[in-house]
Amino acid sequence: MTVSITVNGTLRTFDVLTHHTLLQFLRDQLNLTGTKECCAEGECGACTVLLNGRAVNACLVLAVECDGEEVVTIEGLSVNGRLDAVQQAFVETGAVQCGFCIPGMIVAARYLLSSNPHPSEDEIKEGLAGNLCRCAGYSRIISAVALASRRRGPDSQGSTSVEPAEKSHE
Amino acid sequence: MQELFALLTAHGGKARLLSGGTDLLVRMRKDPTLADGAGKATGQPLVVIDLKRVSGLDARITETDGRIRIGARAVMTDVVDNKRLRELFPALVEAARVVGSVQIRNRATLAGNLCNASPAADTAPPLLAHDATLNLASGSGSRQVPLHEFFTGPGRTVLAPGEIVASIDLPLPTVPTGGAFGRLTRRHGVDLAIVSVCCVARESGEVRFAFGAVGARPFVVTTGQGAPMGDAVKDASPISDLRASADYRQAMLAVIARRTLSAANMRLQESRGRQTAGGTRDQT
Repeated sequence: MTVSITVNGTLRTFDVLTHHTLLQFLRDQLNLTGTKECCAEGECGACTVLLNGRAVNACLVLAVECDGEEVVTIEGLSVNGRLDAVQQAFVETGAVQCGFCIPGMIVAARYLLSSNPHPSEDEIKEGLAGNLCRCAGYSRIISAVALASRRRGPDSQGSTSVEPAEKSHE
Repeated sequence: MQELFALLTAHGGKARLLSGGTDLLVRMRKDPTLADGAGKATGQPLVVIDLKRVSGLDARITETDGRIRIGARAVMTDVVDNKRLRELFPALVEAARVVGSVQIRNRATLAGNLCNASPAADTAPPLLAHDATLNLASGSGSRQVPLHEFFTGPGRTVLAPGEIVASIDLPLPTVPTGGAFGRLTRRHGVDLAIVSVCCVARESGEVRFAFGAVGARPFVVTTGQGAPMGDAVKDASPISDLRASADYRQAMLAVIARRTLSAANMRLQESRGRQTAGGTRDQT
């Protein structure tokens, strides 16, 4: 079946198998391998992406369900090679250990901050409750989200990232 | 809708309805030939019918004719974020807020949670205690079923072949009412309930408890203020499983019921205060 999905701002039209998930589509057809496959049953959050602005597990969404919808993956967060504020905060805080869970963590954190720009520590924990870190590096991950939140300032929307990042995908 | 009903008729027992997919896709991955809600494999490939673009099914939460209607496509996040539901049915919001994780709540629908008919479905107790009614639709018309008649066993409902849940109605409280939801889990988040309880206390002195995870289906019991808790929980028939033993469930049920009763009574007080402060409110 042919679907057209806007991925990271670009409309992509592909033939997909009806039983393939959004995760398989992103990784195997678009080669966007930042989104990770781990439990594949909605428990670990490694495959978290934004679907129409809401964080979802890409392993629990069929690619065909996304026809006409908008998807943002970890690759879509940086702008012109500059890390997004949450990514930058993860780097500075040393929140990344093995790194496998981090794309999902960052996308979930972005979603949390979009609906609640200044979450308490408990709210951060709740917002990331669907994301497991096998290294158990939770305390720095929580600190990173808190840092990103503080940098937003009281009302500002913008990103405060400064460091140039590695060249982004595509 | 007619196209949907035609597909359901054409594919019969092989058809599976897909809404949020947070249960169906997990079950299908384990067994692609699966399965009705009760876990009986069909032995043949499934035909998955996506409800997302069916005109006539929507995610709207609207207030008319003394009730709030929640469309079949409304997800848990829609419930949690809805101002009127937070105000009038905080117990439902509390239950919707603990379903799965953020990612699950952005996808899982209230109607789907009911249709899966898990005895531990978090949103069933508050909907039961608040007298929810389901609007069912099929190719041959529509009917209303009170939620307390909807569940028939684990994974089983009164839905006839080819019939769907189109929306959920909650009657607006006509007297001061307080409701609260509580549950016991092994860990803080992203877990299924060991026991779950919703308590609704009304100005009239009526107290209703709805219980989850302590029987073949969620059920509701009506008592009054001051009634012995032992009477309220006597119909529970919990089983032992990996989450807890039957004895532990039975013991904790009374504890959680007491806690939700006291939270419901506090909200009943607040509700009285609001009505007094608001002057004469229409109570027809």
